Amino acid sequence: MSPLDFTTQELDKLFDLANDIERNPKKYAHACDDKILATCFYEPSTRTRLSFESAMIRLGGRVIGFSDAACSSAAKGESVSDTIRVISCYADICAMRHPKEGAPMVAAEKSLIPVINAGDGGHQHPTQTLTDLLTIRSLKGRLGDFTVGLCGDLKFGRTVHSLIHALVRYENVRFLFISPEELRVPDYITDMLKSRNIPYNEVIRLEDVIAELDLLYMTRVQKERFFNEEDYIRLKDFYILDAAKLALAGDDLLVLHPLPRVNEISVEVDSDPRAAYFKQAQYGVYVRMALILTLLGLA
Amino acid sequence: MLNVGKIEEGFVLDHIKAGKSLELYDHLQLDKLDCTVAIIKNARSNKMGKKDILKVECDIDMLDLDVLAFIDHNITVNVIKNGEIVEKKALVLPAEIKNVIRCHNPRCITSIEQELPHIFYLADPEKEVYRCRYCEEKYPDSAK
Repeated sequence: MSPLDFTTQELDKLFDLANDIERNPKKYAHACDDKILATCFYEPSTRTRLSFESAMIRLGGRVIGFSDAACSSAAKGESVSDTIRVISCYADICAMRHPKEGAPMVAAEKSLIPVINAGDGGHQHPTQTLTDLLTIRSLKGRLGDFTVGLCGDLKFGRTVHSLIHALVRYENVRFLFISPEELRVPDYITDMLKSRNIPYNEVIRLEDVIAELDLLYMTRVQKERFFNEEDYIRLKDFYILDAAKLALAGDDLLVLHPLPRVNEISVEVDSDPRAAYFKQAQYGVYVRMALILTLLGLA
Repeated sequence: MLNVGKIEEGFVLDHIKAGKSLELYDHLQLDKLDCTVAIIKNARSNKMGKKDILKVECDIDMLDLDVLAFIDHNITVNVIKNGEIVEKKALVLPAEIKNVIRCHNPRCITSIEQELPHIFYLADPEKEVYRCRYCEEKYPDSAK
């Protein structure tokens, strides 16, 4: 339900498995030959759904599911609890995305099969955080001992909040929050950092701090989080990472983004070796493969 | 001075914040009990200036101490047997409360699935902050 459901040791084991899958995909190509994954997506999310489906198919398993609540029994008024009881009879594992926060937890409580939270409203998106951690660990060779810059919508961005909570469990991590005043990281996050004596700083200009960063996590300003169109239009292009800004950064910087991007990262950055966001999408499949194997007891 | 008679068996909730006794009456669902209940509002108190007191003549096991602790853990719970105080119970904030408060987050699954219990867990004992088990919405909105 949350990346924090795993201890850091369990995460290491999961990431070791993901890296082994990356190196030896054939070894795992039939690991789930007789297994079925149900993708229950009550709201559209092509990327996450395809990533799960790709993961299961690469493990030799099969996939059933729906990609829109309108195509499910929810349209007839069926509860999540009832749906998952039925799905439990059809599949061996379920990935669920739901617009209502906590829906996958309700499903997990009633389910006879493992349920993976594939995103619940603005609450959690744990497999994105696992993807981020695996990408960082694989490309940096470590989790910890770095300065992390988080840039963009730090107020509504659930991937950012989740990542911060996951990273504070590692040693010697310093945060730089780069956002406009209106999209600052919430108080409960900064309170948590203060209480744990974890260093952080809040700044407005990316150019002022980019040279200090080991990791730069860019986020999209999401239209659906705003009640007011004017605020969205005013803030959506506040940060654009382009080649000129990236020229100020160190050679070993890693630029991450949960995708999809709109225009917060200029296309010219894509060819820079420090741009890791498409590799991140690839790691998203590996970590989901490792998660499916682990939850099915096949690891 | 108002005099309210002794009770033989039951409990006396003392040091309730003035004006809060009716809220407690509701939460403890005392309206559903067929027993004597005395609600004393704005009684004089050396410690608090004014306080409320609830006297309930019933089996002590019928009292949900978790609900009491959640509402105000400074309330003194006196257990009465044979007309005398036999025990003072200390209240501690419960780790979890069920169906005492409701989650008001419109994005929470409890907002559309009516049969789900409203469960909150104690997220920060120091600040007395509870969070919804499903969506982690904070209760109250600002620290209690």
